[in-house]
Formats: sequence, structure tokens, C-alpha cells
Amino acid sequence: MITRRRFLIMAGSTFAGIALTASQAEKVLATFQSPVIKDKERIRWGMVIDLKKFNELPEWKRKEVYDICKKVHNVPVFPNPKDRVEWIWPIKFEQAFPEQHHEFLEEVVEDLEIPVLCNHCNNPPCTKVCPTNATWKREDGIVMMDYHRCIGCRYCMAACPYGMRSFNWRDPRPYIKELNPDFPTRTKGVVEKCTLCVERLEKGMQPACVKASEGTFIFGDLNSLESEVSKILREHYAIRRKPDLGTEPKLYYLI
Amino acid sequence: MIEQVFRGGRLYWSWITFLVILIAIGGAAYYHQYQTGLTITGMSKEVSWGLYIANFTFLVGVAASAVIVVLPAYIYDYKKFKNITTIGEFLGASAVIMCILFIMVDLGRPDRVLNLVLNPRPNSVMFYDFIVLFGYLLLNIVIAWNVLSAKEKGKGYSTWLKILIFIAIPWAISIHTVTAFLYGGLVGRAFWNTALMAPRFLAGAFASGPSLLILSSLVLRKFTRFDPGLDAIRKIAEIATFAMITNLFMIGVELFTTYYAQHPLHLEHFNYLYFGIEEGGHVYNRLVPWIWTSLALGIIAVLMLIYPKVRREPRYLATASVLIFTSVWIDKGMGLIVPGYIPSQVGTVVEYWPSLPESLIALGVWAVGILVFTLLAKVGIAVILETSEPEPEEPEIVEEEAVEVEEEVVEEEKEYVCELCDAVFKNLDECCSHAEKEHKISKAACDMACAEVEE
Repeated sequence: MITRRRFLIMAGSTFAGIALTASQAEKVLATFQSPVIKDKERIRWGMVIDLKKFNELPEWKRKEVYDICKKVHNVPVFPNPKDRVEWIWPIKFEQAFPEQHHEFLEEVVEDLEIPVLCNHCNNPPCTKVCPTNATWKREDGIVMMDYHRCIGCRYCMAACPYGMRSFNWRDPRPYIKELNPDFPTRTKGVVEKCTLCVERLEKGMQPACVKASEGTFIFGDLNSLESEVSKILREHYAIRRKPDLGTEPKLYYLI
Repeated sequence: MIEQVFRGGRLYWSWITFLVILIAIGGAAYYHQYQTGLTITGMSKEVSWGLYIANFTFLVGVAASAVIVVLPAYIYDYKKFKNITTIGEFLGASAVIMCILFIMVDLGRPDRVLNLVLNPRPNSVMFYDFIVLFGYLLLNIVIAWNVLSAKEKGKGYSTWLKILIFIAIPWAISIHTVTAFLYGGLVGRAFWNTALMAPRFLAGAFASGPSLLILSSLVLRKFTRFDPGLDAIRKIAEIATFAMITNLFMIGVELFTTYYAQHPLHLEHFNYLYFGIEEGGHVYNRLVPWIWTSLALGIIAVLMLIYPKVRREPRYLATASVLIFTSVWIDKGMGLIVPGYIPSQVGTVVEYWPSLPESLIALGVWAVGILVFTLLAKVGIAVILETSEPEPEEPEIVEEEAVEVEEEVVEEEKEYVCELCDAVFKNLDECCSHAEKEHKISKAACDMACAEVEE
């Protein structure tokens, strides 16, 4: 039997409960809403590499482009090549563009040194496979890495069609030539890759490799009609790596 | 029930000691890997998954199929499978434990494994793989334990247990399908990116799981007084045969599609696996002898098993099961994972071979699985023996005796009854010749008439 007294207690506690959950829910919902940054949504960072101009640079200048990245980001250099960690490095034309390669290819093109780095795909296959959200695509199009959340399953390395991700097979710290105290070092057992120098972009600077490239790397907002990158891409024929996979790289190459 | 683990004969304890030693060696090797990093393995920037993930992939299949062939016994109360079901479930549970361990030893930061629960990404296949694997482990333990308890108390299964058994069947298929999607869903890996991945996985699993089930049943039959039932073993041999035929067929389909269409991106991986690749004057062909061995073993096993007389003879059946198990272990393990990475994403060839510590760790994980199975089987068998034939002596003494005189009790003949006229015979041969004479049923098909006498 439900007495009057009991009914009142029950009704009262139900109302209190609903009110409590409603206020809790509001709080929870509020944490999901990220602060609105107006312009950030419209930016889509991209890069163009002018291969002919880049290859005309003297060798030490080209090497400087790769070395500056290692220096800025504390990228280790391991003695054993199987352990290597790389953010930007040179490969051959037929390695970068196997589908463009044929027997009558101009020698100039065939011998081009192609700098490769993360393509920051618009439709990245690596981020959707990460089980812990340790890698994701930012609103400005940069594919980011959280070294503190990565569990080292290396599923993203299996998913990347370009081989642009590296794993710390051993502790990288003893193998860093010159330590840059402004950038974090990584531990063994996590994946890392090029982040398009987000830490520099936030300060309004260009990525380190772009700065060292003597104008042969052009960096900017692909969404803005006035930016240099979009102008160059409108006026020149540019190619991307493995475009047939639908990953939509934001790194373009001029030949 | 648990006290059974600590009772056993000399053979039992030496077996346990052997496994514990293997586990200790594997543990020491893992400690070395944990301290130094995964650099001690053969894996590299190019080939970033190796022996661990290969074994994981193979064992998911074993886990799924060992259970799925025996679960119908609970639901349809298929009497002949009565005893083998428990073995299947224990195999399933041990295989899942090995799967989880193989993932754990492969992680770069195992200390962060809880991030899978704390920060999950729902569209990652690996996240689902973890969920289904852990769920499957729980299901197996809960079902097997409660089935055993029901047996011990002599009661039937409760409704919730039957519901769990129903859930376990699609779940078993799902763990394997999800693991196949792990590979099939990668656009950048032409070797794996095929819709045939999941069906191929299932076919391979339904061949390797049952063969392991047959093998362990035959071993238990030989070394203990427990008899899983020769009829049940033969039935499962049929399942393994047809699954292996399907598996070989799908490998053929894959090879035709690749070699007739000649798409370079697919071709180069298959070339590496089956023929080796030449680059810069060096031929890279480490996996070639393995994959041809796998194919040959698979074909020999099928040729043996499609002949019913061979399938009925435990000796040949055991041989064929070993062949199938080895064949699928190569084909769905290293033969599946490693060629996906060779040649690399930029067309270079860097080969992979497991290092010594890596192999010791893998061996240790296998030893853990086999130990878990041994202990579970010890408990399970004791309970079944106790309940099925109440004996005046203590069961563990009986088992010790059985172990010591193992060779003498191997061929324990059962009585057979002709189902057409209810005549009882001393063994199967007599019953078969009777069936041939009286009912015109050929000896090859005499299981239509003759059945074991059930107590």
C-alpha cells in the first residue's frame, strides 16, 4: 500500500532527481562545446613544392631543409636504419610517383630529388583507425599527433599509404644531436610525424622547412583566393602523391 | 572445482613445469623488450607489424571456430557433441587470452592501454576488436563455468545461460570478421584491401580451429580416461575438411584475380610472397618456401580427409589435423601480415624476420595459452568424469593410474548398436560387417546404421 506520506516522499525525490540530472546534463553538454574560433574554421593549410627550383639549390642548401626540421623538433638520428625516425626526407621520383614513371621519362625529371613529408590529407586514412584519438585532423586541416596519448599500436603506420609515420623503436633521447628545449622530446613506443610546425604557425611564423627552402616551398591557406599557394595552383599544373586513393593530399608538387 | 588443478600425476606436473619454464623465458625476454623498446624485434619502419600480430590474427580464428562448432550441442542438445563442447570452449578461452597477450606485447606503450577505454574512437576498427575480444573472453568463461556447475549439480541449463550461448555464436563470428576488417579496411595496403578478407579469414578459421579441437581431443583421449567421443571428432573432421577446401578455393580466387588482372600494386605483394622480388641484384624471398609449404600441406590434408576411411582413422586424422593447423598458421599468420608491408609504400624492399627475443616472447605467450588450456581441461575433465560415472575411488587417483598405464588403455573399444535392428556388437567392425550383410549398407557408410551404445 502506498500511503500519502510515502507518495509525497517519492514524488518529492523524483522531482529533485530530475532537476539535479538536468543541471548535470547542462554542465556535461557545456564541456562538449568547444570555444568558437572564427577564422580558424576557414583556414585550410597547404603546401606547394617547386621541384625544379628546389633541385637547382646547392646540395648543402637542400640538406639544410631536412636538417632544420630535425633540429627544431628534436628528431633523433639512429645508427640502425631500421629504427629510423623521419619527418621530412628525400626520395627518388619513381618512389614518390610510381604511377607517373615510364621508360621515356626525361632524365631531368627522373633524377629529381623529391622531399616527402606528411601530406596532411583532407581525408586521412591514418586518423580514423587510431583507437585512442591520439591522432586527428584539426579544423585547419593539419593532421596532429598527441604523443602522450599514443599507445604505440602502429595501426596508423599500417594505414598511411605514403609511409610518412615513424615509430620510436627505442628511446630517442640519447640520439638527439642538439636538444631544442622549446619542443618536447618523445618517449620510446610512440608514433610521430610532421605536424606542419603548428607551434610556429601559432606564433605567426612559417614552417621551418619552408623558411629554409629559399622560396622553393610555398606555404599558405588553400581556402583563400589571394594566398600565394592557391594562386600558384590555379596557374600551374601540380601533382599529388597517389591521388587515386582518394586521400586528398594537401601537399602539391610542381614539376 | 578449482582444487583439481593441484592434483595430478608425474606426467601432469612435468608438463606444467615445462610450460612454466617456457613462460619464464618468454617473460625475461619481454622484460628486456619493455626496457629497451621494440627495437629488439625484427620489425622496422617499413615492416611495422610482425610475428606478434601474425599470431594474434591466426589465434582469433582458432578462438572463434573452436567454439562455434560445438555450441549447437547446447542448443539442439546434440548428444554426440556432449563431451567435446567443454573442450571447445576451453580452447576458445585460451586462444582469446593468447590474442590479448599478443596485442599487449606488441604495444609500444602497454602502460597506456587503458586509453582504449578512456579515449576511445568509435570509428576505429581496432577499438571494436578490443571490445569484441574482451567480451568474447567473458562470454566463454561465464558459459563454460556455468555449464560445468550445472553438470556438477546434475541440473539443466538455466534460461539466461541459454541466451548467453545464443549470443556467443554471432559473437564468435564477429571477432573474426572485425579482425579481418582491421586489414581489409586500409586503402593504402593493396595486399589486404580486398572484400574477400573476412570470408577467407572465416574459412581458414573453421579449418584451423576444428583441427586444433580434434588434436586436443585425441591427445586427451590418449592421456586421460576422458573420452570426447570418436563420433564427435569425426563430425568435426568433416567440418574442418569442407572449411579447408573453401579456404584453398579462396586462395585460388585471390591468385587468379591478381595474376590475370595484373594490377601492379596487387601484383608486387603476391610476387614477393610466392616468388620473391629481385632488387639491385639481390633476390628477396624469405617467405617463398613457407608459403609453398603452407599450400602443399593444405592440399595434402584435403586429399587425405576427403577420403572417408582416412577421416575415420584417428591416426591419419591426427596427421591431417597437424597439416591443416600448420598450413593455416603460415597462411593466416606471417603469410598474411608481412607481404602487406613488402614492397614498402615507396616501393623499396626491406625484409622482415623475427629476432630471437621476439620469438621467445611469442613462444612464452603460446605457453601461457597452453597452460591455461591444461588447467581448464584438468578441472573440466574431473568434473565430467565425476558426474558421468560415479566411482568409489577418488577421481585423481584414477587419473594418475590412467596416466601411468596410458599406453595400455589407448584402444578402449565401445559397444556399438545397429540402429536398424537393435542388435548389439562388441566393436564397430563387427557392426559394420553385420550392416553390410543384413542391410546392404556398404562399410564406408556404416555410420548410417551403427552408433555407439549410450550409457
